Amino acid sequence: MGEMETAPKPGRDVPPKKDKLQTKRKKPRRYWEEETVPTTDGASPGPPCNKKNRELRPQRPKNAHILKKSRISKQPQVPKKPQEWKNPESQRSLSGAQDPFPGPAPVPVEVVQKFCRIDKSRKLPRSKAKTRSRLEVAEAEEEETSIKAARSELLLAEEPGFLEGEDGEDTAKICQADIVEAVDIASAAKHFDLNLRQFGPYRLNYSRTGRHLAFGGRRGHVAALDWVTKKLMCEINVMEAVRDIRFLHSEALLAVAQNRWLHIYDNQGIELHCIRRCDRVTRLEFLPFHFLLATASETGFLTYLDVSVGKIVAALNVRAGRLDVMSQNPYNAVIHLGHSNGTVSLWSPAMKEPLAKILCHRGGVRAVAVDSTGTYMATSGLDHQLKIFDLRGTYQPLSTRTLPHGAGHLAFSQRGLLVAGMGDVVNIWAGQGKASPPSLEQPYLTHRLSGPVHGLQFCPFEDVLGVGHSGGVTSMLVPGAGEPNFDGLESNPYRSRKQRQEWEVKALLEKVPAELICLDPRALAEVDVISLEQGKKERIERLGYDPEAKAPFQPKPKQKGRSSTASLVKRKRKVMDEEHRDKVRQSLQQQQQQQQQKEAKAKSTGARPSALDRFVR
Amino acid sequence: GDNDGEREHQKLLEAISSLDGKNRRKLAERSEASLKVSEFNVSSEGSGEKLVLADLLEPVKTSSSLATVKKQLNRVKSKKTVELPLNKEEIERARTPLEQEIFNLLHKNKQPVADPLLTPVEKASLQAMSLEEAKMRRAELQRARALQSYYEAKARREKKIKSKKYHKVVKKGKAKKALKEFEQLRKVNPAAALEELEKIEKARMMERMSLKHQNSGKWAKSKAIMAKYDLEARQAMQEQLAKNKELTQKLQVASESEEEEGGTEEKVEELLVPDVVNEVQMNADGPNPWMLRSCTSDTKEAATQEDPEQLPEPEAHEVSESEGEDRPVAEEEILLREFEERRSLRKRSELSQDAEPAGSQETKDSSSQEVLSELRVLSQKLKENDQSRKQKASSEGTIPQVQREEPATEEEEPLLLQRPERVQTLEELEELGKEECFQNKELSRPVLEGQQSERTPNNRPDAPKKKKKEQMIDLQNLLTTQSPSVKSLAVPTIEELEDEEERNQRQMIKEAFAGDDVIRDFLKEKREAVEASKPKDVDLTLPGWGEWGGVGLKPSAKKRRRFLIKAPEGPPRKDKNLPNVIINEKRNIHTAAHQVRVLPYPFTHHWQFERTIQTPIGSTWNTQRAFQKLTTPKVVTKPGHIINPIKAEDVGYRSSSRSDLSVIQRNPKRITTRHKKQLKKSSVD
Repeated sequence: MGEMETAPKPGRDVPPKKDKLQTKRKKPRRYWEEETVPTTDGASPGPPCNKKNRELRPQRPKNAHILKKSRISKQPQVPKKPQEWKNPESQRSLSGAQDPFPGPAPVPVEVVQKFCRIDKSRKLPRSKAKTRSRLEVAEAEEEETSIKAARSELLLAEEPGFLEGEDGEDTAKICQADIVEAVDIASAAKHFDLNLRQFGPYRLNYSRTGRHLAFGGRRGHVAALDWVTKKLMCEINVMEAVRDIRFLHSEALLAVAQNRWLHIYDNQGIELHCIRRCDRVTRLEFLPFHFLLATASETGFLTYLDVSVGKIVAALNVRAGRLDVMSQNPYNAVIHLGHSNGTVSLWSPAMKEPLAKILCHRGGVRAVAVDSTGTYMATSGLDHQLKIFDLRGTYQPLSTRTLPHGAGHLAFSQRGLLVAGMGDVVNIWAGQGKASPPSLEQPYLTHRLSGPVHGLQFCPFEDVLGVGHSGGVTSMLVPGAGEPNFDGLESNPYRSRKQRQEWEVKALLEKVPAELICLDPRALAEVDVISLEQGKKERIERLGYDPEAKAPFQPKPKQKGRSSTASLVKRKRKVMDEEHRDKVRQSLQQQQQQQQQKEAKAKSTGARPSALDRFVR
Repeated sequence: GDNDGEREHQKLLEAISSLDGKNRRKLAERSEASLKVSEFNVSSEGSGEKLVLADLLEPVKTSSSLATVKKQLNRVKSKKTVELPLNKEEIERARTPLEQEIFNLLHKNKQPVADPLLTPVEKASLQAMSLEEAKMRRAELQRARALQSYYEAKARREKKIKSKKYHKVVKKGKAKKALKEFEQLRKVNPAAALEELEKIEKARMMERMSLKHQNSGKWAKSKAIMAKYDLEARQAMQEQLAKNKELTQKLQVASESEEEEGGTEEKVEELLVPDVVNEVQMNADGPNPWMLRSCTSDTKEAATQEDPEQLPEPEAHEVSESEGEDRPVAEEEILLREFEERRSLRKRSELSQDAEPAGSQETKDSSSQEVLSELRVLSQKLKENDQSRKQKASSEGTIPQVQREEPATEEEEPLLLQRPERVQTLEELEELGKEECFQNKELSRPVLEGQQSERTPNNRPDAPKKKKKEQMIDLQNLLTTQSPSVKSLAVPTIEELEDEEERNQRQMIKEAFAGDDVIRDFLKEKREAVEASKPKDVDLTLPGWGEWGGVGLKPSAKKRRRFLIKAPEGPPRKDKNLPNVIINEKRNIHTAAHQVRVLPYPFTHHWQFERTIQTPIGSTWNTQRAFQKLTTPKVVTKPGHIINPIKAEDVGYRSSSRSDLSVIQRNPKRITTRHKKQLKKSSVD
């Protein structure tokens, strides 16, 4: 799961993505160049799209901004002093000129902070010297690795695309045709419409690399294609209603929820398996790091199928009737199910009951989507509301909006754009940055399709939104939707067959056990306190005494006649009294605090001060 | 002399035989009289006979004490008893009236009374048949039996043959033969033929009743599985279905008028039934009661829509009106307006019909108007478009029929392809298509226009209308809300501006979900969850202990308080302050199994240890260099480098007297002496 910020790898994304949705390519900046480079960017020729007074402007180069910041902030976070790094001989170069930037390159604090994982909010109890040294080592290690990761952020050269209206123009009014006209040919080719009116509304799914697209029409039409080159992999009619379709871990396998059972096909369209234990499946979700295929069925069962070994890991009875609203939280692999009583329940295969239940709507829940960081959840219900919830412990709605039609389908993009399908209209909202929730004030883009929407998904690593509807499949351009930099070893859109095979083996080796799915994916880095305590108790029972207990004070024997029994007793008494006093002091403090709290409460809840109180003396 | 010698010899033999220890027991020779005479020591020496125990038990002289008893017994034995199959003489003596009656009966029926083996008739027949005849008859019977068994064996053999072709051929042959015979019979003996015909009819009826050919057999089931992929199997299945239909069809008997009516009825049925099937398939949601109901309502609608095309006009009017009443109140205005328009149109058409005799002389205009009026009945749902479309239609009403046909065929194709399941009724659909084409065309045109023209809110409801059939609950939403538009979406918040609208909507939703109060249910569920997760108190009170007990008496409050062990209050729930959330507080044991449960050495608190394992080490989260650094082993050796075993000096260990190593180094002599001793010991052993 993408539970943590993964460090960018040098040399990983070797094939540069030239086809990002950027109107212009920037010149690489050299270190000897002036700081005022951005002005040249504006001057560089863009595509002729100003016909209608709108412009797609490239963003300011990100790294320039970073450099400025680091200049100012003089790296207080970086512990290594420049002196350590500086080699006195290298400083004195042949020409005798001094290095204008001595020492290692400064690293911006925020970026380093992003990679720090030790939770320093908790104050530790006093520890022994040995323990302290261990802790120091761990902290130093963390700092070093995070600085290294921050340094290599530089290698993420690609920048996300964006769309800007000229002086306050509404971007929602820009239609697809205009965008297609403005962007380069390669990107324009990514906008296409498949007119497939015969086999009903389509569900669709992109593979994890974003290279392949599979779609299934309700009247049995199933097809998979490399949508970038438009090369068809297979096309079959399963002669049965298709409810949902999903790629498994790679594009070579394809799960199709058919009318009766779940079938698995390969990329030639050959049926490999018919899984009869998963019957009447309505929705599919694949958890890539666990190799689990989660299926929600009409019979009200949520079934987890381990596709690496072909075993059913868990079949959970949801007890909420027919299930047809499902989505996964990519952050912690928890499955979110929407129910007809307006609740959304969170499930893991390790628990028979839901991890959490959230009341979201007055009417039934129609669609649920969770963003890629696992922070926000968007839900839409029969009460025509679209809500965005915070999933970080509070589960409270952040923003609510009533839509004229209520959204039937929702999806988040990698960079946090939210799309909602309402009838035959698709609306996209964007947030301020990557980590902020989409603001529902104004739509970022809107698009009208030839039929009612039936499936939505943003293509990973591309600025493309795939929409399945009753009139076929539409791939539309949404600038700024996809993550511009991909990890070449993790999900490489350009990978060859051999690379895929290698990746498959590695992914299987790193498969996460299904029972580790829980709300907090970092639970593994915590100690199981309950069994620790239990173990301690048992040990004390076994030994008959507490080996870790503080030994009672034993006065040291002293010489010169000062070690008389009376003096020993006196010394003992002194220590005991001191301890007792400490205890008393503590309890007094606590009492005082409690009283204060009570008073504060009484004040706040007390009757409102009357107007006549001012006359009281 | 001789005897003595023999005895001596015997004794010797015995002595020898007892030497080997098997027969140690010496037989004691009785030499003197003794009071105790044991049966074990009795020997029959000298007599030369074997002694039998039974002889010893018998009295010396047989006393006659039991003689009297014996006599009695003999007497009893000799006395004659009544034997059960009574003799004739005894039978004849039927004394009681019941017995007499029975005898009478038996006599009358010539049943054997005394001799039960043969009846008089049998006796007579025996007398009548000679031995040879009987033999012949027996042989005949034997032959018949043998033949039957042969026949059975053959049939069994044939039945076992697995070749389907063979069976098919046999069956065909039989059928042919039967037909031929029947033909012959008809020529020769019409009465018998008629009987035969009846028999055939009866067989058909039987088959019809037995529900054969209904996809329930083994073969049919296997074919059904294959039918998805195999064209031949599909055909075979269809053939069977056709056969079933043919069999189950009621045979019609004469009367042409009836036939016509039946035909039309059937036609309607055929039109309807596949529709239902198709709807179910289209929904593809299985046995969902909501969907099913909508389905049936759809079919009803279809029926009502179908009717007006065939039935005379007034009825159509009624139907449409009733349909109109079903609709929610919000639409009423539009509908009323439409009705009025339609009425006026119909009047006009009626007028025109009145003016000219019905038939082929109808003007094109009136006919087209009629079509339009029908169309309106069908496509009432187009609300806002209707006005403009009507005008358009009336203006375009005089488009020649030929032009209309073209788009119709165009539209027909997708219609057919949308329903791949509908194989059997394609022809009907074609007929239907001609009627529907106008409607389709009319529907498609505005859609196309909507695509081409600028996106005005007027065109919007087209798409939601299609959705109407798919989802039942959506219907209300679509009815209540206004059409979406970019402008309306751009409005910042609805709470501020569209207060009334929202109130309206809320009202609607409240009405829709009046039965289920979602919030109350949720709160109840949460309360239950909280209660369940709370630790339970332990009540140890014993009723009646130390006080009076019994029915209706409760232990005193004081006692209860005293013996109630209160469970320690657990930590506060995570969802304590979140009214809309239930968070499961149960411990996840499966995850806990993977967690660390023992603190390693220098750590005293688990927080300390957690800090050291919070940074991930894997290459997924770190740069390559960092990963390498984090995972470098403490000792690195070069390949090929020889690693010597550890010596005491290496570890910084001073040689001590205890270690064997130093002992060896210091005084090798002692060890050699010990060695010698050991060697000696081993040699001795």
